[in-house]
Amino acid sequence: MGAIFNAQQIVNGLQVGSIYALIALGYTMVYGIVRLINFAHGDFFMLGAYAAYGVFFAFNALFVGKTGLMAFVVLIASMAAGGIIALLANQLAYKPLRYKPKLSSLITAIGVSMFLEYFLSALPAVGPSYRSFPDILPRVNINLGNAVISNYVIIDIVIAAVLMVGLTLLIKKTTLGKAMRAVSQDKDAARLMGIDIEKVIAFTFLIGGSFAGAAGLLAGMTYPRIVPYMGIQPGLKAFIAAVLGGIGNIPGAVLGAYIMGLAETFASAYNSLIGEGIAFAILIVVLLVRPHGLLGEKFADKI
Amino acid sequence: MKKLNLPKLLIFVIVFYAAIQILYSTEMMNGYILHIINQSLIYVILAVSLNLINGITGQFSLGHMGFAGVGAYVSGTISTLVFKINPSTPGGMGIFILAIVVGGLAAAFVGFLIGFPSLRLKGDYLAIVTLGFGEIIRTIFNNIDYVGGPRGLLGIPKFSNFTTITVAALITIVVIRNLVESSHGRAMLAIRENELAAELVGVNTTHYKVLAFVIGAFFAGIAGGLFAHLLQMAHPTQFGFIKSVEVLIMIYAGGVGSITGSTIAAFALTFLSEGLRIGIRAIADATGLPIGGEWRMVVYSLLLIFIMLFKTEGLMGTKEAKLIRLKEVE
Repeated sequence: MGAIFNAQQIVNGLQVGSIYALIALGYTMVYGIVRLINFAHGDFFMLGAYAAYGVFFAFNALFVGKTGLMAFVVLIASMAAGGIIALLANQLAYKPLRYKPKLSSLITAIGVSMFLEYFLSALPAVGPSYRSFPDILPRVNINLGNAVISNYVIIDIVIAAVLMVGLTLLIKKTTLGKAMRAVSQDKDAARLMGIDIEKVIAFTFLIGGSFAGAAGLLAGMTYPRIVPYMGIQPGLKAFIAAVLGGIGNIPGAVLGAYIMGLAETFASAYNSLIGEGIAFAILIVVLLVRPHGLLGEKFADKI
Repeated sequence: MKKLNLPKLLIFVIVFYAAIQILYSTEMMNGYILHIINQSLIYVILAVSLNLINGITGQFSLGHMGFAGVGAYVSGTISTLVFKINPSTPGGMGIFILAIVVGGLAAAFVGFLIGFPSLRLKGDYLAIVTLGFGEIIRTIFNNIDYVGGPRGLLGIPKFSNFTTITVAALITIVVIRNLVESSHGRAMLAIRENELAAELVGVNTTHYKVLAFVIGAFFAGIAGGLFAHLLQMAHPTQFGFIKSVEVLIMIYAGGVGSITGSTIAAFALTFLSEGLRIGIRAIADATGLPIGGEWRMVVYSLLLIFIMLFKTEGLMGTKEAKLIRLKEVE
């Protein structure tokens, strides 16, 4: 057991969990507000990684010797790409279906997801094969006795934490955040209070997409290769994390993501097949035992 | 009591069957087109059986090809690895039919297992669980060395032909069509329209949801077995999420709840898919541009989005063709 539950695995699990948390937040925010599982959310993650890749190679020459500034620009680019595409997907594909049966939006989301993946692989400039992601910052390994930690691990965890604190402040302290909470509680009442619901929804997609984009950059840097289909698996796992925490609940998504990251790291260390399957095992157990998740509220069917 | 006008449908199918056979034997139609027709008919089985789960009972399933995978691997294992039959083996056809049916039953059993969690899950949650199930099935096949692992199960004898596939498709349509118009089918429709109300008027929703999964999975397993014995292989990638979505597009393009719609859409989209494959290659060859097969899926995904945005009810809505409408019998 010592080989599985050691400091190294815990750090790795927290790193994976940070990336899942950033994706899971977008899922849970969108679900909280429009009750839609946005299947394409994992692809905003992928677009963030590609935007970072593109911007890095386009402008690297301008930032010689200023790697910190370059890294910041790349982060902004990845967040912008994820956010803007999420916003466009909402405006073009989800908004017209807002008051249609819920499954229509879900199927459209599957369509959007497939479109983004295949369109990128069909574009000659991107292509369907793996590309290795550049080292945006120099890689340093820090030796902590029984664990070796790369500075990338710390960067991943810190960036995720900073973004999550920012989001909490936004939701708790600003008027917009208040509007978001109101819409997620009761759309009709929020509308009667003069809240522009569509604006709030659009903003939620923008924020959720930008977080997924940032996660894409972090994942690209950490496992240094990217491919148009890279969003599918992390997207699914982050969704499961959101369900585990209680979908629609923001602290729940973060908690679920870290549990998920740790569980997956430990399981993979034990056996790679179990590592692949543990996410779905968690999902099935959660849905059977506690369908509203760890921190979610329980709703009864309305008659 | 209402029943399907079986003689009329049989005459139609026999005419269709004879026409294709004549065209093929007089070489007016080549083997390639016949192969596409065979594939279309297998997709008819897949689409109609998924329609029973998604369209008629309203249980959103994203793992239909997982059931087909179970059927393909189980029947392929029986015919290829256990009995080692080939089309010249005496009694080979009997073993082939047995293998296909056992494959279907194995898929039905898996459908029963998947049906259970669905009792507590609704809509989008069920979609994710079935998606996960499809992926788990794929991972399992990928890791069992006995059935070839990631290489796939190769060397499956070619038993599926136009005749066997046509018969299987006809049986699927007749069984599911009759089921829908029976009291069981009414209960399933009631669940789709309003599960809570159905429960309140005394429909055993648990029973019917699992029943829909079991029957749908059985026919998907049959289709998977036929596929394996047509393409002479079963490969984990044939049964992934994207393939399930292709079947989903068929039922939504044809009209959710319409068996006629699913049938027409299965033919139309299989031919469209092949047309796109040929067209894209021709454009790439003619212009020298690096245009890959991915554009086919770009077209498919846009098709799905546009159907949902502009024609949510699909080609047929919930209507059926005259041929399979029911008529009053004493």
